[in-house]
Amino acid sequence: MQFFGGSEISPSPPLPTASGNNGHMMYVFNRNGICLLYREWNRPLHTLNAQQDHKLMFGLLFSLKSLTAKMDPTSVDKGNLGVPQLPGQGCSFHSFRTNTYKLSFMESPSGIKIILVTHPRTGDLRESLKYIYNLYVEYVVKNPLYTPGTPIRCELFDSTLDQYFRSHLIHMVELAKLMVAHHPSFPVTILITTATKPDNSTATDNQSRLIHHSCHHLPPPPSPDSTL
Amino acid sequence: MAAIYSLYIINKSGGLIFYKDYGSAGRMDTNDSLRLASLWHSMHAISQQLSPVHGCSGIELLEADTFDLHCFQSLTGTKFFVVSEPGTQHMDGLLKQIYELYTDYVLKNPFYEMEMPIRCELFDINLAQAVLKDRVALLGR
Repeated sequence: MQFFGGSEISPSPPLPTASGNNGHMMYVFNRNGICLLYREWNRPLHTLNAQQDHKLMFGLLFSLKSLTAKMDPTSVDKGNLGVPQLPGQGCSFHSFRTNTYKLSFMESPSGIKIILVTHPRTGDLRESLKYIYNLYVEYVVKNPLYTPGTPIRCELFDSTLDQYFRSHLIHMVELAKLMVAHHPSFPVTILITTATKPDNSTATDNQSRLIHHSCHHLPPPPSPDSTL
Repeated sequence: MAAIYSLYIINKSGGLIFYKDYGSAGRMDTNDSLRLASLWHSMHAISQQLSPVHGCSGIELLEADTFDLHCFQSLTGTKFFVVSEPGTQHMDGLLKQIYELYTDYVLKNPFYEMEMPIRCELFDINLAQAVLKDRVALLGR
């Protein structure tokens, strides 16, 4: 695991592989299973109350980790099933997919777990998770007023996180423009679901250009036949 | 090089009814495989509870650092899952094929008791062929 690629946040966040702003939820847990942050963008189905939901999510990740550590077909000595393992020890997992959602998971050496729940056809989000972890280090851990182990209430972290997710949307608008330029026959519809701030709910051309300029650079356009 | 490392079949209540290893490192004893199977059964159920939208039918693919786990659940609740190398494609097809073999050679066997461990010679022979064919197809790709 490489998380220590310099303390500076990379100037351009990793490109979203997602085909849209299709995030459902995000969780951050510490190593004791306390939910430090919970964000929800689009979640029509609530089966449990919030506290029970966080507990169940942490339990699922914990058990899946012990399952993958035991199932690892490449290591000879796997230890016993259910024995707690330190972060980074044993075979872990980075995502799982069901027919309705995809869960991407990252654990830092200190046991911080970051979980993103997205649309099932989302691509690999490991880079995005690392980027969010870097944001956490910069704006939460380095905040002198933050007490470790308490829910995160840092304005800078919140706003940067919002900006990151918004930039996903902007990238998508740019991609859509590109697609229309290459294949004028393709109708492109962008559905914007519940946004965190009211000003996110519209992404006009003007606005997209504005935020586009605040980004450092746009990466080279993908080839038209690349999959979304 | 193995395309798939192992195959598990669990009945609708989470009991392991079939386990076959195709060359994973380290030994897994019977108790461990039983425990893993029932653990997977519960994880599969919990993942449905956590879905943000309606109509979730459980984990289909788990991507770990050193392997992928592909799971297929039949309409009756029997789960088939294979542990394969990371990034292996076309595992859904293999799982469906194994399900077909199961219906043909296990369920149609008059001496087979439902939900009990599978001991059917014809199933074993045909399964070995299917896995071999899959492996050859992988080398050819």
